[in-house]
Amino acid sequence: MEQQATSRYGEAGAEIGVEGALIRCSGAWTLRGAAALEAQLAQQSWPSAPELRLDASGIHVMDTAGAWLLHRTIASMRNGGRRVQVEGLHPDHRTLLDTIGALARAQQEVVEPQPDGLLTGIGKEAVTKARFALRFLSFIGESARAMLRWVMQPRRVRWRAFLHELQLAGFNALPITGLLAFLMGIVIAYQGADQLRRFGADIFIADLVGLSMLRELAPILTAIIVAGRSGSAYTAQIGTMKVTEEIDALRTIGVPPLDLLVLPKMLALTVALPLLTVFADIVGVLGGMVMASLQLGVSSNDFLERLRNAIDLSSFMVGVGKAPVFAAIVSLVGCYQGFQVTGSADSVGRRTTVSVVQGIFLVIVVDALFSVAFSWLGI
Amino acid sequence: MVAGMRQAPQAETVIEVSGVCTRFGSAVVHDHVSLSVRRGEIFALVGGSGSGKSTLLREIIMLQRPQAGSIRVFGREVLDLDEDGALELRRRWGVLFERGALFGALTVLQNVALVLREHTDLSAELIEEIATLKILRTGLPASAVHKYPSELSGGMRKRAGLARAIALDPELLFLDEPTAGLDPTSASGIDELVLQLKELFGLTIMVVTHDLDSLWRVADRVAVLGEGRVVGIGTMEELAQADHPVIREYFYGPRGRAAREQAWKKR
Repeated sequence: MEQQATSRYGEAGAEIGVEGALIRCSGAWTLRGAAALEAQLAQQSWPSAPELRLDASGIHVMDTAGAWLLHRTIASMRNGGRRVQVEGLHPDHRTLLDTIGALARAQQEVVEPQPDGLLTGIGKEAVTKARFALRFLSFIGESARAMLRWVMQPRRVRWRAFLHELQLAGFNALPITGLLAFLMGIVIAYQGADQLRRFGADIFIADLVGLSMLRELAPILTAIIVAGRSGSAYTAQIGTMKVTEEIDALRTIGVPPLDLLVLPKMLALTVALPLLTVFADIVGVLGGMVMASLQLGVSSNDFLERLRNAIDLSSFMVGVGKAPVFAAIVSLVGCYQGFQVTGSADSVGRRTTVSVVQGIFLVIVVDALFSVAFSWLGI
Repeated sequence: MVAGMRQAPQAETVIEVSGVCTRFGSAVVHDHVSLSVRRGEIFALVGGSGSGKSTLLREIIMLQRPQAGSIRVFGREVLDLDEDGALELRRRWGVLFERGALFGALTVLQNVALVLREHTDLSAELIEEIATLKILRTGLPASAVHKYPSELSGGMRKRAGLARAIALDPELLFLDEPTAGLDPTSASGIDELVLQLKELFGLTIMVVTHDLDSLWRVADRVAVLGEGRVVGIGTMEELAQADHPVIREYFYGPRGRAAREQAWKKR
């Protein structure tokens, strides 16, 4: 009966033979051969006699998978109204089979959760969305109150955290913002050059690049870059801290998480985003200028001369003025989503995605609202 | 994990660690560590914090490489295995991590079924049945089967981790701090489960633990790591007689004394 220990691993090959009312099981009933055994058992036709004998003395190896298959087979025969006598089972295998039998009874109690119906699904989703909006609103309120406290008592401001965030979200974003704004300037000039040349209005390239960059493209481009760079980082950082209970630790030490984690980020981004936008304005126009001289032969002198006439302070202010609003949106959404993380690494990933998507979405929506408002006001 | 083969002909060596040296920068963690684990025994690795127990465990299960030495598992040198060989070995052992390391995106059932699906060609139905059995086997209630790890308590998560570790009916089980952070009832529940697995299947189990009660209860042999080496190896009774300062400190501290008296009382 006892098997050489070394040959145990990887053994497979269970056999079943039927002789009249006697079923002979032998070989290795293990996980390795369970797939073949399962197929064999499904096809096997059992004798129709009301009383069966199952000779298991030939089974020399058995693990839980094998024991489960044996148990399942015997159970299905018994359910068919037949009596099954199991003989010759090795005592250890008997113990295993009994354990499996006991567990199988507990297995009956496992209830698979039913997926929601369509109507329930819609209802639950609606409630979730409404709750989200409400909680986000209260988060904005809390942040605003905390911010007000900071303004009243500037001593409470965490300048170190603020400067650190300013470096991460502002200074470190300069290269990528510059590069993309420069390329954007080139693209606009390139696309516009062709049309303008047709009307002989080459010099208006300065108007085109200057106005579109300053009023729309630079602020939106910068906000989107920052939402992708910093908004996602805020969610991931706060979310991971939540998973590792660091947020709770902060609370117990008596440091409001809002004070340490949200406000410095919000403040830093509100300062950094307008500055980044100005930087993008300059580099973007520069890109357009380079393209104008290459494509249309408009010299930089002429370009700058024209630019001075084309844009006024209000165009510049319209663009830069939107930046702090975008900054507030991106930082609030990023931080809020971070606090919504529950439990697992998976949740951090999901929340980070939501944070970036919502951030960019809201930035564009608000930008559209700004456009409507400005046109009403005639700016 | 095969029942009925308890009395192997002679104690065969399953894990053989010899001359392992590990350094992190200038810090020497292991200075020629050697030990061997025999088939069918519960072998415990103990030592103070930072004595390199978990590092040694990670080296044996191929998550980390030592700078020098040799580690043989089932007679195969793990330090120069190719990918196929490594996979073959990994299929033969199960690992329970200290914090369970369950996949958060999956339910407990899916966590266990994942292992079966990766390594066998069983039908989805059979995989689910076997996975459910394993989960119930570790003493988790039926209501926990479809829950996510984040909905479980620490002790339940550890049981679920154990269910995943034994999913493939492994011959060798590695347990990293299986009872750490558990209440006494859950901890002794895990102890009993480990003993049962060994009794029923002749499993070889290597356990890293700080839990002195658990050591007296389950460990057949214990190796004490200290000063970068194995300072003592043997049964708990033998170690209790040893006079190496590290061992004495470990077993004759107030907690060690209490656990020992408790263990003697039970005999």
